[in-house]
Amino acid sequence: MSVLQEISSDVRNMKQMENFVLFRRTNEIKEELRRGVRKSYREVIDVSWGDPHRAGVKPLSFVRQVLAACLYSELMDGDKLMVDVKQRAQRLLGTCAGGSVGSYCATAGIPQTLQSVSQYIMRRDGGVPCHPENIYISPGSQWALTNILKVLVNSEASPRTGVLIPVPCHSTTIISLTTLGAVAVPYYLREERGWALEMEELQRALDSAKGVCNPVALYMINPGNPAGYVQSRKSIQEVIRFAAEKKLFLLADEVFQDCVYGKESEFVSYKRALAEIGAPLSDSVELASFHTASKGLMGECGLRTGYVELVNLDPAVMKHINNLFSTNSCPILGQIALDVMVNPPQPGDPSYPLYLKETQHIRASLAQNVRRVEEVINSFPDFSCQPLEGGAFAFPRLFLPPKAIERAKEAGLQPDTFYCLRLLEEAGVLFSPGTEYGQKEGTYHIRFCIMTPSDTMEEILRRLSAFHEQFMKEFS
Amino acid sequence: MSSVQEVNPRVRGIRDPVNLQSLAAQISQQIAQGEQKAFTKVIDLSSCDPHRTGLPPISFVRQVLSLCCYPELLKEDSFPLDVKQKTQKLLEACNGGSIGSYSSSTVGLPPIQRSVAEFLTRRDGGINSNPEDIIFSSGSQKTLAMMIRLLSREDGQTETGVLAPLPCPHTLPMLLDEVGVKLVPYRLTEERGWAVDLEELHRALMTARRQCDPRAIYISNPGNPTGHVQDRETIEKMIHFAASERLVLLVEEVYQDSVFGQDKEFLSYKKVLFEMGVSYSETVEMVSFHSISTATMGECGLRGGYMELINLDPAVKKILFQYPSSASILPQLAIEIMVNPPAPGDASYEKYTQEILVRAQTLSQNAGRACKLLNALPGMSCQPAMGGVFLYPRLHLPAEIIEEAKMLRLSADVLYCRRLLEEEGICLGPGCENGHNDENFHIRLCVLAPPAVLEDVLTHLCSFHRRLLNGSD
Repeated sequence: MSVLQEISSDVRNMKQMENFVLFRRTNEIKEELRRGVRKSYREVIDVSWGDPHRAGVKPLSFVRQVLAACLYSELMDGDKLMVDVKQRAQRLLGTCAGGSVGSYCATAGIPQTLQSVSQYIMRRDGGVPCHPENIYISPGSQWALTNILKVLVNSEASPRTGVLIPVPCHSTTIISLTTLGAVAVPYYLREERGWALEMEELQRALDSAKGVCNPVALYMINPGNPAGYVQSRKSIQEVIRFAAEKKLFLLADEVFQDCVYGKESEFVSYKRALAEIGAPLSDSVELASFHTASKGLMGECGLRTGYVELVNLDPAVMKHINNLFSTNSCPILGQIALDVMVNPPQPGDPSYPLYLKETQHIRASLAQNVRRVEEVINSFPDFSCQPLEGGAFAFPRLFLPPKAIERAKEAGLQPDTFYCLRLLEEAGVLFSPGTEYGQKEGTYHIRFCIMTPSDTMEEILRRLSAFHEQFMKEFS
Repeated sequence: MSSVQEVNPRVRGIRDPVNLQSLAAQISQQIAQGEQKAFTKVIDLSSCDPHRTGLPPISFVRQVLSLCCYPELLKEDSFPLDVKQKTQKLLEACNGGSIGSYSSSTVGLPPIQRSVAEFLTRRDGGINSNPEDIIFSSGSQKTLAMMIRLLSREDGQTETGVLAPLPCPHTLPMLLDEVGVKLVPYRLTEERGWAVDLEELHRALMTARRQCDPRAIYISNPGNPTGHVQDRETIEKMIHFAASERLVLLVEEVYQDSVFGQDKEFLSYKKVLFEMGVSYSETVEMVSFHSISTATMGECGLRGGYMELINLDPAVKKILFQYPSSASILPQLAIEIMVNPPAPGDASYEKYTQEILVRAQTLSQNAGRACKLLNALPGMSCQPAMGGVFLYPRLHLPAEIIEEAKMLRLSADVLYCRRLLEEEGICLGPGCENGHNDENFHIRLCVLAPPAVLEDVLTHLCSFHRRLLNGSD
């Protein structure tokens, strides 16, 4: 009998990812294709993750050249690399112990990188002060979020700790909450109004927690994931005032801040909005905001590096946070990529022309993809997509016929998972089902990454359209 | 939230780190700003960080990783053929052919899992290793935390315990605090080169059972910080003990390539387990850990490690596979290079072998030299290391120093290390970080550094030590 049988119940309760059945089938299909089994497609297009490189988007040359030079400094001999690449690599290596990316660094990160990040934040927020001591670099934004949640959530408390989360929400966050023994208190974004956050709904959610749990924090994603909204300044300030009044700790997941393309949209950070409200709120509302090198134009998901900025926290609490973060070490290469992200090539730099070309290309593809996705999806009567303003995903709604829902139930699957599985089988395209992220009861959605090369998106839309027509006809 | 009281008690319970590194950083800052000190820079040998001290990385590793970052360089002639071939093979293993993609699963890239499994099979003389039992993470400490989390009960009734050696790796106590399990120490026998004492193991377990629910036993072999290398008999006894007491074995083997003691060799726990016959090899639950923070690779800043699961329940494995932690790509590639280095005939073989050899010799010579010097000091005694990267000498301090420490509300080893840092610019680790928190004072010194650097450190350490002892006469 296994010693490990009696494992921690919280771990057991970790939400079984819906995607599991899809991933397994994807691997099987890939294997079948490899073995030469005939299908109506030659390869599986996987856009279920927010992973542009997987989808075929090329990495930005400058950051890769700098990373390569930092790993193997002999590369800087001769003319293989541009002057500004070498200068950047040399400067960054100078900030590493022993001049090597293989050394350990201080708990919060390399001091110079923290300095760079804080200056970036100040520029972004129109001069609102930012102190490097409030920033912690982490192996991925989710890791930092989990750590902050660990501070807030007491798994042994009664009543249990609650955290307000949006519906729909990033699935990894939901899993982190469950693993930590917190209660997720959902507040529903209003799809028909472009996924707007309505204050009455926030209040309703908070009221629903009475007697169930003790809500201590409010988590918000802006720009959205999976839904592609960008929150307005007004909406952000409403949320801040609500959090202040109800004494909630604000968790602002802002990893897609560099991915805003809606014509009327502008990214305003929670921190900036808070500062603009002024005292006393600007000095008291507790806020943690998260960013990453994984999203945006750089898309370096595989490097796993992000950071959290903490605002208005009690110094005694910061001390404990410091202890918590010191139990793990920060990857150095990711910090190098982060430095490049916050300090990209500027006009006049030798690498600038190529950098401009590459980023313009990605932006143009993205704009094109957004236009085409909205066009194609909205052309179907039983498929609708809210305007895409930011982020890396489309999260259209499926109006599934009752027969399809029946069939899904018979197969023991959620209806949108069923749709995704059939889409995978028949069209070789992998999306993820809305069930994964939460949605209003009785509604169905699918999510897919739109940061792909334009021709890949065309192919996806072609296969999706053909499949969708067929599927809807079959179950009409 | 706004007050400390509302902070999760589990987080509040993480002990404050001694944090000499912070003081070291401050002192370095002061020097940079022109303050005059008796030394021109701080040398930190409190943890194993070879590159920091000036030892170079392994060329082949860095060439391949660099090309993987920027494959355009494959067109260049300056790279040896095997570097290019390895790069191409590794990039094929990545999604989208880029190191910037996520792994497709939380556990890691399947081709790298296979490479590691093949390495383990070779290393252990043919004992089969299943790729699906390999899980990657950002360093062995992280994977260890993952495992221990699985074990810890949260029904609020009994605290889970993990038996750990005294002394243990200095990162372990805080890790266990964070996971919320109790560290139950089993004392290693200093006089016998820090060997395991089975009776002591039993005693520790009995005591543990009165206070908590012990579920696992942690082992570090080659020992960190002790430098002890366990022989087959010891390993068999440990396995037998764990099996009969129903404890999961958590075996940290990151220094497996660093054994230099006379007639000593590294034996993996897995190999010994399988050679004990099916009643053990098919039942004893074990997890072994490795990483790229080895003496040779020294890639601590890249953050890469893996664990191999042995005889774990499939239901448990299933949960591990769903853990939302995606291992970073480059470190996985670094692991692949570590387990599949250049072979005879490859363009880089000679250079690679030479670099590894030099590193091994440096370590061995340094360990010998340092041990000899330290043992010649009054008030210090040091067991010789047979492997690993640390020396862990005992301090026999005069009563005055111990008193002074008490008045300052510090442990005497911390006071010692602090003064050493302030007066000589040398940062070593106090033994209390390794679990020694009685009057049995020790310091921890990593001997993996360029010989000249180590010599410098030893000179300053000896001079400081003599001064301290004389000062209290």
